Parts: sequence; structure tokens; C-alpha cells
Amino acid sequence: MADKAGLVVNALGRKIPTVVNGREQVPYRGVGGFEPRQGKHAPPVRSCRDYPADGDKRSASLQEAFEKCGLRDGMVISTHHHLRNGDRVALTALQTAAGMGAKDLMWLPSASFPCHAGVIDLMESGAVHHIEGSMNGPLGDYCSHGKMRGTGVLRSHGGRWQAIQDGEVKIDIAVIAAPTADAFGNANGSHGPSACGSLGFALADSIYADHVIVVTDSLVPFPCIPWQIQGNNVDHVVEVESIGDPAKIVSGTTLITKSPERLMIAEQVAQLIREAGIMRPGFSFQAGAGGIALAFVDYLAGMMREDGIKARFVRGGSTRYLVEMLREGLTGCILDGQTFDLDAVQSIAEDPRHVPTSPFTSYNFHGKGNFASMVDVVVLGATEVDVDFNANVNTHSDGRLLHGIGGWQNCLAAGCTVLAVPSFRDRIPVIVDRVTTATGPGELVDIVATERGIAINPRRTDLLDALRGSDLPIRPIEEIKADVERLCGGTPQPPRLTDRPVAVIKWVDGTVIDTVFQVED
Amino acid sequence: MSATGEAGRRGETIRSDVWVAVALRETGGIELELESRVAPYFGEAIRRQVQEVLKSLGVRHARVEVEDTGALPFVIGARVEAAARRAGVDGGDARPERTAAMPPASPKVRLRRSRLYLPGNEPKYFLNAGSYGPDGVILDLEDSVHPDAKDVARLLVRDALRVVEFGRAERMVRINQLPLGLEDLDAIVPEQPEMILIPKVETADQVREVSDAIDSILGRAGDRRALWLMPILETALGIENSFEVARSCERVAALTIGLEDYAADLGVPRSAEGTESMYARKRLVNAAKAAGVQAIDSVYGQVDDIDGLGAWCERSRQLGFEGMGCLHPRQIRVIHDKFNPSTAQIDRAMRIVDAFAAAEAQGLGVVSLGSKMIDPPVVKQSQRLVDQARQLGLLPEETTPEDSDG
Repeated sequence: MADKAGLVVNALGRKIPTVVNGREQVPYRGVGGFEPRQGKHAPPVRSCRDYPADGDKRSASLQEAFEKCGLRDGMVISTHHHLRNGDRVALTALQTAAGMGAKDLMWLPSASFPCHAGVIDLMESGAVHHIEGSMNGPLGDYCSHGKMRGTGVLRSHGGRWQAIQDGEVKIDIAVIAAPTADAFGNANGSHGPSACGSLGFALADSIYADHVIVVTDSLVPFPCIPWQIQGNNVDHVVEVESIGDPAKIVSGTTLITKSPERLMIAEQVAQLIREAGIMRPGFSFQAGAGGIALAFVDYLAGMMREDGIKARFVRGGSTRYLVEMLREGLTGCILDGQTFDLDAVQSIAEDPRHVPTSPFTSYNFHGKGNFASMVDVVVLGATEVDVDFNANVNTHSDGRLLHGIGGWQNCLAAGCTVLAVPSFRDRIPVIVDRVTTATGPGELVDIVATERGIAINPRRTDLLDALRGSDLPIRPIEEIKADVERLCGGTPQPPRLTDRPVAVIKWVDGTVIDTVFQVED
Repeated sequence: MSATGEAGRRGETIRSDVWVAVALRETGGIELELESRVAPYFGEAIRRQVQEVLKSLGVRHARVEVEDTGALPFVIGARVEAAARRAGVDGGDARPERTAAMPPASPKVRLRRSRLYLPGNEPKYFLNAGSYGPDGVILDLEDSVHPDAKDVARLLVRDALRVVEFGRAERMVRINQLPLGLEDLDAIVPEQPEMILIPKVETADQVREVSDAIDSILGRAGDRRALWLMPILETALGIENSFEVARSCERVAALTIGLEDYAADLGVPRSAEGTESMYARKRLVNAAKAAGVQAIDSVYGQVDDIDGLGAWCERSRQLGFEGMGCLHPRQIRVIHDKFNPSTAQIDRAMRIVDAFAAAEAQGLGVVSLGSKMIDPPVVKQSQRLVDQARQLGLLPEETTPEDSDG
């Protein structure tokens, strides 16, 4: 039963709205608790007769391409975030549409970055109605303060694929920034002056959108090899001066943290993986590009070397640390979701064992399996973790939107999920009684590793057994929390929130796991 | 009249600290202006704490400004008190409640392979120092604290000793040179650290002055917990007097050397191999051993050069040192590895201990290993080494004979 604000309580005990942006929602029903059986979304049938026989689909400008797509008020425009904070295409596309008089657009990015703060002006002017995708920085504050007209919808990378595939969200026009493309629309991210590595996040858009526009600053004669985006899905190709700022697309070089606390956590996690027997011949792991995760990779590589152990595959977030492991033979291949530094971009372009992947292969919950559940161990971060091991990656402890879900939820399917986090940041506890926002359920979180000890989820009796007698500082999570509260001077004041939802957090199966409420001013 | 004082740190790069200004006044109560990075979480708690600290110092009327970047409560308390003291507030007791468990008192001889230096005015480094597993931590009030911040750091270190847990590490405080060091002692000694480091010691009298001051402070408190001294010899004169310093009083448990100042005193630059200090270090080791105290080496400054540190440790250990200082947690492991007893040493010690047990069992007065007679001090040292090795996990726990019925 919905309360008077129209909210119901889901299986994780979280209050969620039943209708979001006019669409009926399914409350989270527990891990694997929802299995829709309808058909997939299908874009309209097209005929090759309607496209130039010579394969030249170029339009003179984005505006011309939008005109050909029949841009209308209320359309859904999607973009990808492989160009990260260097992206010049997404904002330009929305501004172009606004300049053509379009109103009430919905923007569906695979993630947003500070370089997209200009979308606030477009929301103020009415051109953009709302965003379904990660929001942080100024966009996050705009949404958190209830200024966005619609409700934000945050999805994981796999969840975005699932939503597009299942028809929960229908893309009218996909605008795909491509570091290299040909006039037919074949495109890749691994080559060209704005190379970003993989283009996997744009793949669903290219398959399921009604109209697909490829935007490139490096047009090559047909065929563009390799192609990650197939020209057969592409309607129009637009050549521009620059799709982004290469310095902000990838880091020149990724550096490991120097913080002794973080190094200690990373080393202990690696040691735990080794002692628990997870680090064995042919195993696999995934670690992101965060400070602790990178250091973890470095320590683990050292231990693999010492013990003469090789991984079958690793998943990234690829950086030079994974690339070095590949070159050294410590892993058979890299399955790459996004490519973070120059070494990794070069590797993906040159080494056939460094493979670009997509949320379809890696994360899609409504597929015939995915890679995430085949990974033996994954090391992730979090803003908050509670004593039930539920974790929050989306909001600050005061309830403001902080960042997107990324692949975080999807990665929880791994054999062993480790959250490597400081136990508090400044004075703000990370280990808490109840997370402000639940991004993932505690039953899928196996280990919480902090500088004040490592907590193992009591459900994982196998891990507890394997680590009995270990010298690692294994402690109940409640004890770590008590330590933190003693140091920080008690529990923080509760966040000041209204009962008005400003965004919802989707679980990997499209159900609603939690709500982000408007913060009080 | 309105006396003012300020203390703490602020600025673009500062995190987890706080800056406080206190302006005393005659009327108007406490007016608090608070800017905090964690205001949504702890704004109320900070306001309450500032009021409480001022109350326990007897301050009733003041204008207080607080700029906080997420300082922990013990830091806020110490900074508020420091600002009030600087404004001329005397008396009162604003120490936080003791929440850290008191570690066991140190024996005179214990593992002192590593001691991690923690700048006394940088509280964020205190918190996890114990987790890195050093044998000791040094809360430093001397060279790592700016001359303008001595009083502020002193209160912070005092409060840290009550609130921060350092695991198994021996808690050491390096005081300033006398006479400033005497003020440090007044604040620090009642908090019962396990050891005081005295910088730039040149004579036995200087050590005795510190020891007497400690006696008098502890006498007032009526406390008999062991508090050891480690004089730091940092000049040619200090080295010449090292034996006298080592046996200047009962409290001295170890001698150490400060190489930076020593090289400066000689007027030569420091070398990677430590050639210029070879004599001083040998002399110090000999003096320490002759007086029956531990000899501990200086620090290795090139934090990124782990191989260089390892080589230094090996030479240092061969000279007779039992440990050295650390400037960064990453140095701890290497130092421990290098100062741990070697397998060959442990084996030999175990054979001697076994031979001693066998001789005792047979009622023999003389212990021999093969054809070699073993003197009693060697037996004692071997027993200590075996115990140490067991503590360090270099030996399995003593096995119990299997139950023959089982």
C-alpha cells in the first residue's frame, strides 16, 4: 500500500515511488526476484533503399542530421561517456537541439561529467525536461534540490542496457561520439586523435535507437577497421572539428595512491585474496581505477609473481597496471569496459588479447548470462556501508547526489565482492548503521576492508573458514563501526530530506531499489 | 580589554583539521561563528564541544571563530584550548575523557626495531600509525613542529595520548630541548607515555634534569608506571659523553643518534653510506652496550629508496644497533625484516637453550655445546633471542607432547 506521498516499501525496506516520470515501477523484490518475460524492444524496420547505395551517410552538420531524424519535442536523446570529462559532443548535441526549438527532451547519457554542467541552462530554458543517467557536481545539486522537472533515474551500466533492451526507455536519437569513423557509420574508439579505447557504452544505443548519428573528428575512408559500432545501425555521420579534449579523455599516466592508509587496505585485500585461495591458477579479477583498486592490482600482481600464478582474464577499467600484467603474461587477456590511460588505449589498439567489451557481454542481467558472474573477485569502493553490508555509491551522507552507479551493481555478481574503503573520511563515518541510499543489497557484499580491520559478511561461512587463523585484522563490522564512532564523536546528524523523490536508483533487473529524496534548503 | 588567540590550521590544502580564534570579552556570553566542511553531519556536535571546552577552561564570554575541515573531536578540543590559552586563559582542565585503552607498561628491554615519527601538529597521521605495526610511535614536538606551534602541538599530543590507540606500539614523545622541553613534560608526563626522547643531549646532567622533572611530576601524581628515556646524541660532544649519558639514570633504556645534526656539527655533508658518522655510531653502540642499554640507529631519509634502506639496516645491525627510526610507514617492514634475528642465529640460540636445559637436568654446572663451553650471559641472551623469535612468529609456538593414549 502506498503512503500519502505515494511511496511503498520494497524488499530492502526502502521507500520508493510506484510511478516515475509517468511510468509504473516494479519495487525491488530481492536478488533475482523479478523475471519479466516480454519481448525485447525493437526499433522500426529500415530498408537499405532509403540509404545511399555508395554508403556515404554524411550530413553537413548536427543540425542537418537532427532535421533528417525528425527531431521533435519530448524526444529521448542518448549519448555515451567514453570521452569522460573531455567530451564536447553531448552538450553540443543538446544545445543544437535546443537551438532548433526542441522542448522537453529527455537526456539519456551513459554517465554525465562536470563538463556537462551546461545542461542546467537547457533544463532552465525548458529544452531539456530531465536526465536519466548519473548526475554529480552541479547537475547532482540541481537534481538534489528538486529543480529538475522530471525524476532522475540512475541505472548501472548493465541496467542501462537492460532498460533499453527491455523497452523501459526508448531512445529516439542516439548521438555517438566516435574517435574514428567512416562515412557509412562504422566506428571505433581505439584510433584517432581523440582515442578513448572501448566504445561499449554506445553499443545498445546503436542497436535499439530509432535514429543513430555518429559524430567524429577523424573520418577515414570505408572501411573503418576495427568497427565496434556497425555502420548498418547508423543513420547519419557528422564530421566535426573536435569531439573532445584528449587530455581530459584519458590520463597521461595513472598513478597509484601514496596514502599509507590506502596502500595498507589494498595490500591487505590482496593478501586476503591470496590466503582465501581465490588467487589460484586460472582465476579472474576485476578492479577499477580508484586509488585503492589500482594499488590492489599492483600488490596482487606481486603476489601472483611470487606464487607463480597466472589469471585467465582480468576485467577493467583498464590502466597501465593491467596492461603490464598482460605483457608480462600474468593474465591471458583484458576484457575492457572502459579505458582510462594512454598505455591502455595504445594496448587496446594494438594487442588482440586486450578486448573491448560492452555492458551486453559484461553486465546485462536480462541476457543469457554475462561476464560479471564469472569473475572470481572484484574490488570496489563505496561512500557508505552499513552493518548489514548494504552499500551506497550514489549519495553523500547528507543525501545529495554524488555519483552514478557505473558497473558497481553489476560487479556484485562476482564470486567474491570486496568493498575497499576508509572507515571514515574527514570526520564522516563510512561504516554506518543504515546507508543513506542503498545502491546494492548486503547479501551480495562479501568483504568490507578498511584501515581499521576487515569485516567478512557472516553469510560467507566459506570465506570465514578459509581465513580462520589468518594474521589479517578480521573483525565484526559492528566493532569497526564502534571504533569509528568513538573517534568521530558519535553518529552524524541525520540528513535533512523532504519526502519528495528527485531520483530513483534502479537495480540491475529494472526494479527500484531506492529513492533519492530532495534535500532541505 | 579583549585578549585574543588563534590556533590550528586552515587553507586550501588543509583537510581534517581546524582553525580556531578566541577573543575574550567581558560580557555577552559565547558567540560562535562556525564554518565546517562537515556541518550537515556534526555542526551541532562541534558547537556543543566548543561550548564545553570553554566552560571547562572557565571562559564565559568570548567571540569564537571556527573553520573546520573535518577535524576529529580530540583535535577540535586541543585547538580550542590552545587558542584560549594564547588569549591568556589560565587554569581549568579541558582534557578529553580517556577513551583509548592504556597499553601495558614497557619493560626496559623490548623490541625496538622501528619507531615511526609522527609530526606533533599533524593529527591526521596519528590515527592509523598503530595499524602499520611499528614497535614504537614518536609523537614529535621537536623538529617537525614549527617554532610558532609548539604550545599548540603540545596540547594536541597530550590529548592524542588519551584518545588515540596505537596498537602494540610503544608510545614515545620527543620533547623539545630544555628548557622548553620542561613545559612539554608538564603536559605530557601525566598522560603516561612509555618513553620520552630527549633531543640534542650532550651531558649526563641534561638527562638527569629530565628524569628529576619526571620524578617530580609523577610524584605529584603518585604514579609509578615505568617511563623510559631515550637520549638522542646529535653532536660531537654528545658522542664523546655517550657512556656517561647512557648510565646517567635508571630511566635510560636506549641511546640513539641524530645524524643530520651530527653531520652538521662535524661540518660535512651526509653521505649515503654514513661514512662521516661511522665512528660516532660505533662509539654510541659501545657506550650503550657497556651501560647495558639498547643502541638504536637514526632514520634513513630517502623514503622512496627501499633498497638503500635495506642496505643501511644491514650495516647498522652489524654495528650492533637494534633498530632505527622511520619517516614513513613503508619503511617499517624492511626495518623489521633486517633487524629480526636470522635463522642461523635462532638455530644457534635454540641449541644453546636446549644444551642449558639438558645440563640442568643432569645437574651439571657447566653448559657446553659440542666441545665449546657456553658462558651464562650467552645462555641468557640466547633465551631472550628465542623468546623474541617466538614473539615475532619466527618460531612455531611450543608444541605439547602428543597424548600417547590418543
